[in-house]
Amino acid sequence: MLVYLIRRIGQSLLVIAVMAFLVFLAVYAVGDPVAILANPEANQAELDAIAARLGLDRPIWEQFGIFVWNALQGDLGTSFVYSESALKVIIERLPATMELAFVALLLSILIGVPLGVIAGLKPDSLVGRSIMSTSILGFSLPNFWIGLMLILLFAVELRWLPASGRGETVEVLGVHLSMFTWNGLSHLLLPAITLALYKSSLVIRIAQAGTREVMLQDYVRFARAKGLSSRRIVFVHVLKNMLIPVVTVLGLELGSMIAFAVVTETVFSYPGMGKLLIDSINRLDRPIVVAYLMLTVFIFVIINLVVDLLYAAIDPRVRLSEAKG
Amino acid sequence: MHRTAKRLALASLPLAMIFATPALSQSLTVGLTSEPTAVDPHFHNLGPNNSLRMHIFEGLTQADENQQNVASLASDWEAIDETTWRFNLREGVTFSDGTPFDATDVVYTICRVPTVENSPSSFTSFVAGISGVTIEDPHTIVFETNGPVPLLPTNLASVGIISAESFGGEGVVYGQGGCENLGTPPQAADFNDPAKAIGTGPYKLESYVRGDAIVLSRNENYWDGTPTWEEVTLRPIANEGARVAALLSGDVDVIESPPVQDFDRLRRDGFEIAQGLSNRVIYLHLDNHSEDGHVPPGVTGTDGKNPFTDVRVREAISKAIDRQAIAARIMGTLAVPAGDLLPYPMFGTREDTPVDPYDPEASRALLAEAGYPNGFGLVLSAPNDRYMNDEKVAQAVAQMLARIGITTTVDAMTASTFFSRRNNFEYGMWLAGWGAATGEISSPLIALVATRNPDTGMGSTNRQRYSNPEIDALIKEAIATVDDDAREALLQEAATMAMADYATIPLHFEVTPWAYRPGLAVTPRADQYTLAMEVEPAS
Repeated sequence: MLVYLIRRIGQSLLVIAVMAFLVFLAVYAVGDPVAILANPEANQAELDAIAARLGLDRPIWEQFGIFVWNALQGDLGTSFVYSESALKVIIERLPATMELAFVALLLSILIGVPLGVIAGLKPDSLVGRSIMSTSILGFSLPNFWIGLMLILLFAVELRWLPASGRGETVEVLGVHLSMFTWNGLSHLLLPAITLALYKSSLVIRIAQAGTREVMLQDYVRFARAKGLSSRRIVFVHVLKNMLIPVVTVLGLELGSMIAFAVVTETVFSYPGMGKLLIDSINRLDRPIVVAYLMLTVFIFVIINLVVDLLYAAIDPRVRLSEAKG
Repeated sequence: MHRTAKRLALASLPLAMIFATPALSQSLTVGLTSEPTAVDPHFHNLGPNNSLRMHIFEGLTQADENQQNVASLASDWEAIDETTWRFNLREGVTFSDGTPFDATDVVYTICRVPTVENSPSSFTSFVAGISGVTIEDPHTIVFETNGPVPLLPTNLASVGIISAESFGGEGVVYGQGGCENLGTPPQAADFNDPAKAIGTGPYKLESYVRGDAIVLSRNENYWDGTPTWEEVTLRPIANEGARVAALLSGDVDVIESPPVQDFDRLRRDGFEIAQGLSNRVIYLHLDNHSEDGHVPPGVTGTDGKNPFTDVRVREAISKAIDRQAIAARIMGTLAVPAGDLLPYPMFGTREDTPVDPYDPEASRALLAEAGYPNGFGLVLSAPNDRYMNDEKVAQAVAQMLARIGITTTVDAMTASTFFSRRNNFEYGMWLAGWGAATGEISSPLIALVATRNPDTGMGSTNRQRYSNPEIDALIKEAIATVDDDAREALLQEAATMAMADYATIPLHFEVTPWAYRPGLAVTPRADQYTLAMEVEPAS
């Protein structure tokens, strides 16, 4: 187990190092931040001064070296635009995105699981078929289009919900959350639905397949033979077993929802991390882009590491084969 | 906690007032195209920042909606001689925290500007010419400059005055060796705290949440009458569709730059649109590098020559462009065809400047005369997300040039890439825009036409490497002439020569639109800023 652990951690570190190199190079290749940051009226001396101030006048390997050295001490650079720690600027936006992802996740479970189970129980009925074909729409409609349509319908035409932004926040344990005010929730709803639509279609399909599979299992047949009510069969035996793949997939999807809600956040001008990423790319705020991507890499590497370790703990075959090879 | 308590206190006091007037008329929400990057007035010299700055921090002078320089914290000023200026400061002005404003605050501000760390685009150039400051009395201040700086009053409009007292700088002195006793000047992040963002402006900072909103509240101590709005919320909504939706749904009252294709829809729903001529010219630059054997990038079929050094080719290109058609069909009323680098009546422009006429016949003749009867090949580079319809305009220009035999393909790209590549001289011909921040034609003349000289800062955006010593001499003389009439005459002469020599080919001036809900009146500004001070309830 220890050998396995050390090897896995080593691999993770290697991935982070390689990604740091690639991300830094890729971001470095795009444009010249000074040309964007400086006022158009600036003359050459001022441009040179800006480049020097931001450390952009040094050769790339030196910039990379400084970046790595600082990163090892937990400092992912200082934003060109805000002149504050890049990590701090990103973390500031984290609660908004987490909240959005959480509400979207909740919605996709609440929508996806019941519909999926119904479709799985009666796969050939009209209801089952229409649920399944509707879920195809959820997959194939582009995110930004759904967002715009929701805005048009609920904000512009009906005027029930606000079209953009984040609502009032309250401080919960030092974090600003908007989930607990009516105003905040009303701002959260449309972007969360937009995000949730794709996820719930995914959940419907997995839940439907899972339900159909579980329904054919011996224990369901036995329960039925024992004379249990179909309500009890569905709610206790079927639900419990078909949820396993749903949870696995949603866990992975949560990660991507946090890191890449870019489109939804842009359409709704929602001040989350995704919008920060887009704004920073447009402004060539390299430290933010690099820090953001490094943070994402770090999160995914940690998730993968934990998953791998869990597998090894659960399944002895994994660690045996790893230890040998 | 503290804020909630304050809100409650605020809310309970003017209860009668709220009942008397509808709450809607007391607060204003604006949807901005891009977000100010800081509250600090001296951190980032950028449109959105300067626009926010004008709400909170005032300069000694200010630009009005037509970019004329008018009085602000200074009631009047005069040039005593070529290098000395006296400013009389307004009396009875207080900062939003109640402390009085006087000459010490001006000295403190001027001393603080160069000390801002990590500034991505500094304000130093606005105060760089100042070599000495003398306080004659608390409301009279005298500046000395290195050489004549006729634009000093204009430059000072860009420098928001901060309070010396809030940062412990009351003891500041401008001595022989410059600033003394400055103490520890504040850094950019300090101003994000409403308690530190103290200015004399009509509004004060209430809260600043990056990416979400900037909330301003009325400065009850304002010296020039009670500001209209009790609360002003500035919300960045970068996506234009989302911005229009926010206006339509009533989330915001005013939006910047509604897309022209939505005008009909907005008007049909009762919203109003204000349009104003901006200080920005959209122009074409042609690689004029005259070194032997230099062929502009993308130019083909010229036998190793640079066609653009020949004024006849430049004229042919200009006359091949149907500016009226571009303004009418592509820009949909959001452009005025240009024959100069700044619209009349801004400083240094000429009344009735002719727009180069559309004349493809003459163009073909000029090309033949210059030795290119069959034209040549060309790549026109342009940004696709910086100016209104920038890529479409470039496409139209390319088609018009094809009609006179110059086969043109368009290479459009995102602004951040476009400008970096332009600065590396990678284009043969390109489309870009120039906004004259000073409201004077000297700005585009210095940047676009004057010979490049990194040491003097002339020709900083003249990446086409055009050079004309006669025009250079006129510009140089003009920017050292303090007398306004004489300077204007010199600038007009320089602009006339530049246009006759096709030193830059102007296409059109952008017209900036604002859309807003019924019941408001918005005054368009030439500098494209959106100020709560320019939004009034319609009477």
